[in-house]
Amino acid sequence: MNAPLFDIGVSVARIAVFFAFVFGLVVIMTWVERKGAAYMQDRRGPNRARILGMTLGGIFHPLADALKFLFKEDFIPDSAHRLFYQMAPMFALAPAILTIAIIPFGPPVTVAGRQIPLQIADLNVGILYLFAVSGMAVYGVVLAGWSSNSKYPLLGGLRSSAQMISYEVSMGLSIVGILMVFSSVQLSEIARGQGELLFGILPKWGVFVQPLGFILFLVAQYAEANRTPFDLPEGESELVAGYHTEYGSFKFSMFMMAEYLHMVVGAAVVATLFFGGWQFPYLGDAGFLFPGGAAVAVPAWAVLLLRIGSFVAKTLFFAWLYVWVRWTIPRFRYDQVMRLGWKVMLPLALLNIFVTGLVLLLIDRGGV
Amino acid sequence: MANFLSSIRFSDPYFSVLLMLVIGVGMSVAFVLLSQALGPKRYDRVKYSVYECGVDPLTTASVRVSVKFYLLAILFILFDLETAFLYPWAVLFRQLGWFGFLEMLVFLLILLAGLIYAWKKGALEWQ
Repeated sequence: MNAPLFDIGVSVARIAVFFAFVFGLVVIMTWVERKGAAYMQDRRGPNRARILGMTLGGIFHPLADALKFLFKEDFIPDSAHRLFYQMAPMFALAPAILTIAIIPFGPPVTVAGRQIPLQIADLNVGILYLFAVSGMAVYGVVLAGWSSNSKYPLLGGLRSSAQMISYEVSMGLSIVGILMVFSSVQLSEIARGQGELLFGILPKWGVFVQPLGFILFLVAQYAEANRTPFDLPEGESELVAGYHTEYGSFKFSMFMMAEYLHMVVGAAVVATLFFGGWQFPYLGDAGFLFPGGAAVAVPAWAVLLLRIGSFVAKTLFFAWLYVWVRWTIPRFRYDQVMRLGWKVMLPLALLNIFVTGLVLLLIDRGGV
Repeated sequence: MANFLSSIRFSDPYFSVLLMLVIGVGMSVAFVLLSQALGPKRYDRVKYSVYECGVDPLTTASVRVSVKFYLLAILFILFDLETAFLYPWAVLFRQLGWFGFLEMLVFLLILLAGLIYAWKKGALEWQ
């Protein structure tokens, strides 16, 4: 007997909570980026927008930005291809929203005798869904660049699509090692698998079993999200603003939203694949169990809170890392980006698969 | 209709994906429409021309595109297919053992030969 109302309720509730969390984080990230940039350059950053006389460090600026974008003139250049020009921001934003669905925020909880995964959709194809959907984002960039019918967006869109598809290959290959170790593409399974211990002391996190895979994946993600040092598609000193040069009003802000969504979801995926996801080091279902043999009992609700907190903390750290890297590392030249993608990352990713396979077989079958 | 409704399993994760799809597409369309509905509309020929460093556009944007981009797209399809082949293999890797490992090694070596060929022919060079 299935209780449809219960299932629909669970589904809607999960979407409401997790969607609100991720979107809230996206809004806050725009503020963190500006404020972080300001402090790294020894200035104050946004501090004017106020509600009831409070500025709270400029936290209201994202709100002011959104309102301002909404009430700006909506602009379609005379020579633009109207339909595709309108569709491009939709193609950028919709896939970015869809990727939120597979982030596992915590272990499954039992409600009314039913196991509820703390994940909008606990898909068995996990990673494949992520790549399939986020791959759609290239369409937004290409369409925006082409339909503007202007030189800078066209060049930006071309560069961007070439860069995105180049790094998608390395990105896909860099996590094959993780899939081999944990024998699954389901994100919740991979997160659970990382709860074991390696040699009895180290948590079996992806970064410890796949250090090279982690570095490759992180670099590929920065390139996929068009973030510095790979932000050539919008290299403002050469291409004005790249593929969204001709966009204004809320359409421009949709491209920005998509970029920040990719950042936040990317940070959550790195945390899940390589840093144990919701796993807290040495924390089991019943409490802490340290390598020395010491054990501390922790109540079940505290275990759940610690695990969700650990996931959120890891995600926040990697989201911040995007900002940190952006204001620390200068931009690559285009030939350097392409050389890195095809001549360094791709062979290294293949090597990583080979070595992982060899080591796994020696452990599993060779009796080492 | 009632039959159809009762046949849906709402606990299926893809039901949530469907909801997300509706939200994602709905939000995207709504934002574009809202941005059109709100905000002023004051037409000006110069304002509505495309950007070109402050002068009238000299040429249209239908310029020739370097053939490198097409080469890159073909290479991408090749290696992305390879990735798609690798995923099921990676998930089953621990069951397949040495035989599966060597099989995939042969496959990878053939593709690697293709990459080296493209490399030597200069398909990956950018000036």
